[in-house]
Amino acid sequence: MYAQMVETGVKTVKDRSEMGAEEQAFMARIDEESKIEPQDWMPDAYRKTLVRQISQHAHSEIIGMQPEGNWLTRAPTIKRKLQLAAKIQDECGHGQYLYSAAETLGVGRDELLDQLHTGKAKYSSIFNYPTLNWADMGAVGWLVDGAAIVNQVILQRTSYGPYSRAMVRICKEESFHQRQGYEILLTMMEKGTQAQKDMVQDAINRLWWPSLMMFGPNDDSSPNTAQSLEWKIKRKTNDELRQMFIDQTIPQLEVLGCTAPDPDLKWNEATGHYDFGEINWEEFFNVIKGNGPCNKQRLAKKVNAHEQGAWVREAAMAHATKQQAKAAAKVA
Amino acid sequence: MTALTQINSNHDALNTYILRMADNNLVLGQRLCEWCANAPILEEETALMNTSLDLFGQARNWLNYAVDRDASLQDCDAVTMLRDERSYLNMLICEQPNGNFADTMARHYLFDVWHRLTLEVLCNSANETVAAIAAKSILEVRYHEQRTRNWVIRLGDGTEVSHQRMQTALDDIWTYVGEMFTQDEAELSLVAQGVAPDQQTIASQWRDIVSATLAEATLTMPEDGYSQMGGKQGEHTEGLGIMLAEMQSLYRAHPGAVW
Repeated sequence: MYAQMVETGVKTVKDRSEMGAEEQAFMARIDEESKIEPQDWMPDAYRKTLVRQISQHAHSEIIGMQPEGNWLTRAPTIKRKLQLAAKIQDECGHGQYLYSAAETLGVGRDELLDQLHTGKAKYSSIFNYPTLNWADMGAVGWLVDGAAIVNQVILQRTSYGPYSRAMVRICKEESFHQRQGYEILLTMMEKGTQAQKDMVQDAINRLWWPSLMMFGPNDDSSPNTAQSLEWKIKRKTNDELRQMFIDQTIPQLEVLGCTAPDPDLKWNEATGHYDFGEINWEEFFNVIKGNGPCNKQRLAKKVNAHEQGAWVREAAMAHATKQQAKAAAKVA
Repeated sequence: MTALTQINSNHDALNTYILRMADNNLVLGQRLCEWCANAPILEEETALMNTSLDLFGQARNWLNYAVDRDASLQDCDAVTMLRDERSYLNMLICEQPNGNFADTMARHYLFDVWHRLTLEVLCNSANETVAAIAAKSILEVRYHEQRTRNWVIRLGDGTEVSHQRMQTALDDIWTYVGEMFTQDEAELSLVAQGVAPDQQTIASQWRDIVSATLAEATLTMPEDGYSQMGGKQGEHTEGLGIMLAEMQSLYRAHPGAVW
């Protein structure tokens, strides 16, 4: 999943006794793990939080096409080009699918895109980093899609029905992307030249920390987590998910024969988890604020495509209107 | 280790034909890749990627056959990445720059109709491998044609702006239409053997189909003027070299590397 720091608009989690009958009934359904559906009553803040989270996720899929598109025209073999084009196509499909899920909450795609274009809505910080060599196409698949999957597997149990179902479908494709990404790296490490092996390590060095940042701030600086957990929009905290990701990724890193750029990374026998170093939160918050290496270019490219395409969308609408008028005239 | 030398450019008639088919797909597919993250709507983003994917997949089938017939071509990647523009045999229409969305759709539609008609005949080619590759390709190409046809109509019969842009796009691309129906000796020998279609027949079918679409789109069929030729013999427009430089850069920078 590609949502970070999703506002709930709620300062403290309400006690059940403070809730009206409708909200108590809603919470009872959440507690018994039944899915909330579009026509069901839901607290306004729950609806708004979901719209923010789902749309942020959708925007991330769409912006995420750019760092991969950067290498699409230069893919080194036909097979790799086919794989990359298919992955980009899948991501665009995920975006469409997620916008549809958000639409069930009463917000149109145009409105959501407008929020993205005006900078009001965010997308995952990871896509504000550049892709600088071909191994990045492997590392993005392995680490970025990998981090996304850790979150999304859990989100298949999220309380909102359409979002949960979208996750089931998306997870299948993301797992495929992750395996494909890893295979790109493994091929370069096992069969590659020294220059290719260096590319792989370089890609990991650059994308390692930004991938860990994808899970969002530490739990103690994540004021929205408690409410999102209460609503079962989120099912685990940022730190829990980050730890799961690291624990499952290190053995894969070792198979590659590569290292993580973290001197503090080591197995902790007592906890049964890997310990790891402090994330550079100053960098994280700066990227979120718009100061990442590619924030401006990514958004500018998206806005430009949208503006340059306005006449095409207008033409399609005008043509559809003409067709409807013709059909109506025939009936009359 | 693959030597970084030029790939053999002396092909027999059949491999010349196969490479022309492959290169049309490679070059147009690469142009469509350039649209990535620039499309006017998300659905088109998906469609452009998907079409590019189809074209590269088809190209790979053609190339594998060419390599089977001539081992000096090495493999489908070497033959894609190590030939320079003088050895590419695609038709000029396929390599024309994307321009705006109307330019892309006009180029694509005119090619799609040609592609579908050609593949339909190739499905019954006297050469079984050619027939099998064509049969596999045509399922995708029918859909390409349907989609680009819809866009020619939508833009032609949309707004004043879109009508004007689609008309200009057609007028601009028309000089590259004639080459699709020209045949050199190599190709004519394949026609005589029942391997390849006679483009004279296809030309008249193409004209009927395109003119019906343009009429529905309220567009004017451009006059046939002077035709730009040469792509099928390796004489291209300037843009192709730049496109190949980008496409081939990584492969060429690491000779012999496995990806």
